[in-house]
Amino acid sequence: MKTEDLKNTQEYKYGFTTDVENIRAPKGLSEETIKFISKIKKEPKWMLDWRLKAYNRLKVLKEPNWQKPKYPKINYQDLYYYSAPKSASEKPKSLDEIDPKILETYKKLGIPLVEQQRLNGIAVDAVFDSVSVATTFKEELTKKGIIFCSISEAIQKHPELVKKYLGSVIPLSDHYFATLNSAVFTDGSFVYIPPSTRCPMELSTYFRINASETGQFERTLIIADKGSYVSYLEGCTAPMRDENQLHAANVELVALDDAEIKYSTVQNWYPGDKNGVGGIYNFVTKRGACRGKNSKISWTQVETGSAITWKYPSCILQGDNSVGEFYSIAITNNFQKADTGTKMIHLGKNTKSKIISKGISAGNADNMYRGLVDIKNKASNSRNYTQCDSLLMGNKCGAHTVPYIKNNNATSTIEHEATTTKINEDQLYYCNQRGLDQEEAVSLIVNGFCKEVLQQLPMEFAVEAQKLVSISLEGSVG
Amino acid sequence: MLSIQNLEARIDNKNILNGLNLNINPGEVHAIMGPNGSGKSTLANVLSGKNGYETKGLIKFNETDLNDLSTEERAQKGIFLAFQYPLEIPGVNTNIFLRTSLNAVRKAKGEKEIDTLTFLKLIKEKASELGIDEKFLSRQLNVGFSGGEKKKNEILQMKLLQPKLSILDETDSGLDIDALRIVADGVNSYKNKDNAFLIITHYQRLLDYIKPDFIHVLSNGKIAKTGGAELGIELEKTGYANIS
Ligand SMILES: Nc1ncnc2c1ncn2[C@@H]1O[C@H](COP(=O)(O)OP(=O)(O)O)[C@@H](O)[C@H]1O
Ligand SMILES: [Mg+2]
Repeated sequence: MKTEDLKNTQEYKYGFTTDVENIRAPKGLSEETIKFISKIKKEPKWMLDWRLKAYNRLKVLKEPNWQKPKYPKINYQDLYYYSAPKSASEKPKSLDEIDPKILETYKKLGIPLVEQQRLNGIAVDAVFDSVSVATTFKEELTKKGIIFCSISEAIQKHPELVKKYLGSVIPLSDHYFATLNSAVFTDGSFVYIPPSTRCPMELSTYFRINASETGQFERTLIIADKGSYVSYLEGCTAPMRDENQLHAANVELVALDDAEIKYSTVQNWYPGDKNGVGGIYNFVTKRGACRGKNSKISWTQVETGSAITWKYPSCILQGDNSVGEFYSIAITNNFQKADTGTKMIHLGKNTKSKIISKGISAGNADNMYRGLVDIKNKASNSRNYTQCDSLLMGNKCGAHTVPYIKNNNATSTIEHEATTTKINEDQLYYCNQRGLDQEEAVSLIVNGFCKEVLQQLPMEFAVEAQKLVSISLEGSVG
Repeated sequence: MLSIQNLEARIDNKNILNGLNLNINPGEVHAIMGPNGSGKSTLANVLSGKNGYETKGLIKFNETDLNDLSTEERAQKGIFLAFQYPLEIPGVNTNIFLRTSLNAVRKAKGEKEIDTLTFLKLIKEKASELGIDEKFLSRQLNVGFSGGEKKKNEILQMKLLQPKLSILDETDSGLDIDALRIVADGVNSYKNKDNAFLIITHYQRLLDYIKPDFIHVLSNGKIAKTGGAELGIELEKTGYANIS
C-alpha cells in the first residue's frame, strides 16, 4: 500500500501528514551531520564535544540482537537525523508566531497549544520532528522557579544544570541506541523543579513524527530537587507510512532527597497496517535515578502503538528508603511486537520496588515482558513485588514472561507472580447477554484487566487511555 | 410472546434437546423443573443465543425469528437471562457495568443514553428495593460476592433492564430463606401483564412465593409433562421417577 492510500484508512486516526517545508541535515550519520545539528541549535562547544565523543564511541559499539522481535537491518546512512519545519528554525517567541499549519496539526491531535483554549491547565511542550515548537504556561511556571523548556533551550540557558545531569543516569556509552541518541539527539524536554516545590500542574510533552525517512531522537531530562514533586506525561503519534521509522529516545530522571517524579507515557506511534507493513520502531532508553534518600520514581506506560516496542523504563534505587514503581500496559495487535519491562536496581537500604505489568496480545502479535530485579548486597531490608499478567485474544498471538531475579542480600525479598489467560468466552457471553456487542464487551473486560495500571494515570489522561485501549483492539475478536 | 417449535440442540455431538415445544404469552409465569442434566440450562442458553450449539427448530419471539439474532440483539429486544453461575469480571466496577448495559439496551431501542447522575439515582433506588447495600455497586462485578449476593445482583439487573421475557436459571439455588424471599419479591414486583417469566428451579419452595401459571417437567430434552401450580406439589412428593 502507498502512503497515500494509507492516509485514507480510518484505523489510525493520527495517520495524516502535515505539508510543511523542512530543513534537513545532510542524509546519513557522520561528523558532518552532528556538527550540522549542533550548529543549527547554536550549541556551545562542550555540547558538540560531548556529541562527538558519543559518536566515536558508537563506532565501536554493536547493535544489540538479544531481543525477541527481530527486524531487518537498519541502514543508518539512509536516514535523516534532523528535520524541522522551516518556519520553526528560529524558535517562535510566542504562540502567534508558530506556523498555522503546525498549530492546526496539534489541534487535530487534540493538543491545544493556544493558552486561551487551555484544558485542565496542563503545560505542554510540543516536539515536531526534531524541534520543540511551543511550550505553554511558561510564565506561570517561572514564577515558582520551575524550568520547563526544550532541551535545546536548556543547553543554552541552563548549561550548569544540563552539564551536571545529562548522561548522569544513562552514561554516554551505555549501549548502541542510547549512544546513538547522545550523538544525534535533536530535541525533547527539560524540567527542573526547585527544592520544596510541588509543580502546580501536569507537565506534558507531545511528540509528533511528521517527515518521512527521518529518525526521531528525543532527549528528555527531568530533575526533581530536594523535597519536590512533579508529574510528567508524554504522548506520541506519527503519520501512516509504509516505511519503518526509527524513534530512539533517551529519557533521564533524577530525584534527589525526598523528591518524587511520576512519569507517564501514552505511546500511540503508528503501528503499521494490518499486514505488518510500516510502523515505528520504538527503541527507547528510559532510566530514573532515585539518588536521594526517601525519593520515589514511578513509571506508568500505556504502549499501544509502534511496529516494535523495545524498552525497559528502569529505576536505580540509590538513596536509602527510595521507591521505584513500574506500571505497564502493552497492547499488541495484528503484527505488532513488544519486548518491554523494567529494571529495578536496589542499591540503598530499605528500598522498595513494585512492578505491575499487563500484556495484551491479539491477532498475530507477540508480547514479551522482560524484567530484572537486582538487589545488591548492601540493600538490606529491601523488597520487590512483581505481578505480570498476560491476556491472549485468539490462537495466533503470543505472550511470554522472562523475569531475571538476583538477590544478594539475605534480609531482602523478591516476590513474583505471573498469569497468562485467554479472554474468557463466558465473560463475553455474559456481557453480550446484557446487551453489549462484542467490541464493547472486549473493551470492558480488557479495561478491567488493565485497571490497576490505568488508575495510575493522571485523571485527565485516564479516560483517553481507556479509549485508546479499546480502539487498539478493535476487530481482534470475531 | 415466545413460541418454540420442535427445538433440537446438540453440543459436542451430544443431543441435549430433542424436539421441545413451548408457548409463552405476555403476563404468564412458566416454571421448568427436571432432574440434573435434563437440559434446563441448555434451553436457557439456546434461547439467549449462546455460541457453540447446533440447533434445529423454530424459536419466535414477538414475530422475530431468534435464530437470526445475535446474543446482544436478543438481549436488546428484551430477553434476559439470570445466570445459574453469574460471571465475575475483575477490574470492572459494578455500577459501570450496569450503566454500560442499560445504555446499550437503550441505544438499541433508539432511546437517549442515561447520564451518570440519573443513573446513580435509579440504581440506588432499585438496589434498596432488593436490600442490596450501595457499597456492592462500587465493587468489581461479582468478584468476591457470595452466592446469594450474585443472585440478587442478577435480579437487580433484570429490574434495571426491564426485559419482556426473564429467564431465571436456578436463581433460588443456594439462597437462604431471607434471600429467597427478597428474590421472589423482586420478581413479583416486576411482574405485569406485558412481561413473562420462565423460571428454572428444582424446588417447590420458590414456587410458594412466585405462583406459576404452568409447570413443565423437562426430561430427555423434551417437555414430558405440563400442569398447573399443583404439579409442583405433586412432584415434591413423588420425584421425577414416574415421568418420562
Ligand atoms: N459443552 C457441553 N459439552 C457436552 N455436554 C454438555 C455441555 N454442556 C452441557 N452438556 C450436557 O448436557 C446435559 C444437559 O446439561 P444442562 O442443560 O446444564 O442441564 P441442567 O441445567 O438441566 O442440569 C448434561 O448431560 C450436560 O453434561
Ligand atoms: Mg442447569
